[in-house]
Amino acid sequence: MSQGSVSVSPPPHPAAFAVQAAAPAAPAAVALRDLAITFALKTGETHRAVEAIDLAVAPGEFVAIVGPTGCGKSTLLNVTAGLLTPSAGTVRIQGDSLSGLNAKAGYLFQADALMPWKTAIDNVAVALEPQGVKRGEALQLAQDWLSRVGLKNFAQRYPHMLSGGQRKRVALAQMLIRDPQILLMDEPFGPLDAQTRQIMGNLLLDLWAANKKAVLFVTHDLEEAIALSDRVVVMSAGPAARIVGDFTITLPRPRDIAEIRTDAAFHAIHKAIWACLRVEVQKTYAQGGEASDHE
Amino acid sequence: MNRATLILLQALVGFAFLLIWHLLTTVPVFDGKPLFAPFFFSTPLDVLARTWKDFASGEIWRHLGITLLETVLAFVIGAAGGIVVGFAFARRELLAAVFDPYVKAANALPRVVLAPIFALWFGLGIWSKVALGFTLVFFIVFFNVYQGVKEVSPTVLANARMLGMNERQLLRHVYWPAALTWMFSSLHTSVGFALVGSVVGEYLGSAAGLGYKIHEAESVFDVTGVFSGMLILALFVIVIDTCVTFIENRLLVWRPDTAAKTA
Repeated sequence: MSQGSVSVSPPPHPAAFAVQAAAPAAPAAVALRDLAITFALKTGETHRAVEAIDLAVAPGEFVAIVGPTGCGKSTLLNVTAGLLTPSAGTVRIQGDSLSGLNAKAGYLFQADALMPWKTAIDNVAVALEPQGVKRGEALQLAQDWLSRVGLKNFAQRYPHMLSGGQRKRVALAQMLIRDPQILLMDEPFGPLDAQTRQIMGNLLLDLWAANKKAVLFVTHDLEEAIALSDRVVVMSAGPAARIVGDFTITLPRPRDIAEIRTDAAFHAIHKAIWACLRVEVQKTYAQGGEASDHE
Repeated sequence: MNRATLILLQALVGFAFLLIWHLLTTVPVFDGKPLFAPFFFSTPLDVLARTWKDFASGEIWRHLGITLLETVLAFVIGAAGGIVVGFAFARRELLAAVFDPYVKAANALPRVVLAPIFALWFGLGIWSKVALGFTLVFFIVFFNVYQGVKEVSPTVLANARMLGMNERQLLRHVYWPAALTWMFSSLHTSVGFALVGSVVGEYLGSAAGLGYKIHEAESVFDVTGVFSGMLILALFVIVIDTCVTFIENRLLVWRPDTAAKTA
């Protein structure tokens, strides 16, 4: 495939990076500024999950966040979704300060989030109810979306009758049917096997290419992050994790997730980012950080 | 083992039991008398004949109808109360915390001691039996609904909220189905207890119903009548339980390996 380049810019300190990123023409879809999140532990101590986070996602931009286990990647996502309130700093969504739940965002969870008592089509259709769409119309749109994610003939199945990958497809349709401006994904394909992950990755890229939304995609899989995104953001080991790297991925689109991994440019990028990420992963292991996962 | 063999063996056990009972109560052993006096143990043929007569004369249907009515009322009212209170307690932490010791105390009480009081309050008609059944059903449903609402998957809940659902929609699409699941999974137990409440209530004081029939027979040392009443009660329970299983399978179709097991 053609050559891609990587602009390696692990900033000297995060503030310098913020100045660089915060100058798009339209207001950023998501702008986190000087964000810190602290949890109160049951023992009475506090746990600083992340701090001094500056991150902007432009409209239509696909940003992946990678980092070692327990670094607070998901926490960042939950703050952007409005499920968590930051201890300090601001969250701006399309220029407006976020209060309460983020109504402009769709969220794809790692764990099963479908309502087990509803069929696939009902799970998708119910996403339109808060917007006041009539049930008949919602069911039609839901059937349409199920076809788009390749589940045309599975509409009447309950979640337990579907495979893990199929459940993710339903969840994807459920998220996208509302046409949210921002897509938040928390290791959505984590529980799936390798082949299914590739198929789901390609499906996601196809759907995203058809209607470009700002995406914040958390993953622990660096290859997946590079293959999918426009930018890969690297977080440091927790506690008090920061952003330590921001890499623009210029691999040409459309991409095929399975094929792109064999590309020479892909390897160059992977090498550059891994050099940055490896240090953090090693720190986490040194701390025995697998055990204290606060995400 | 295949199904036919199993049924055959099951039938064999029943037949053997009846045969032994029959032999012990009818074959003269000494002094021209059987080992078990029919006065105390009746005989299987007598019991079957009496049961047949009760059904044929149509007299038993009235009693069955009353017991069924009491059972259904106790279940419906008890379940409704359990759902409302279970929901309220699960959604309002403070309420649950304040009432916790009283709920535990009330549940620990053996319900039979309430029967005379209910008879005093509600008379000897159906309502004192409904009240007794209610106290049994209420707590089972209450605890299950409470648990069900408390244990809704946080991910499912967060997802529903991210879809923009308001409190009312969350109640309808998330909390309510979750609570119902738990309630249905205890359906056999709660319907069973509704029946126990009715029959015990009838037994302790009434003028109709299966419990009354058994008590009436017992008070004149009519052992055949007692056994016949028990037989009818057992058949009645099997019929109700089959209905419950049917309803359960319809309602819990979305569950993996459906609750048909929770017998």
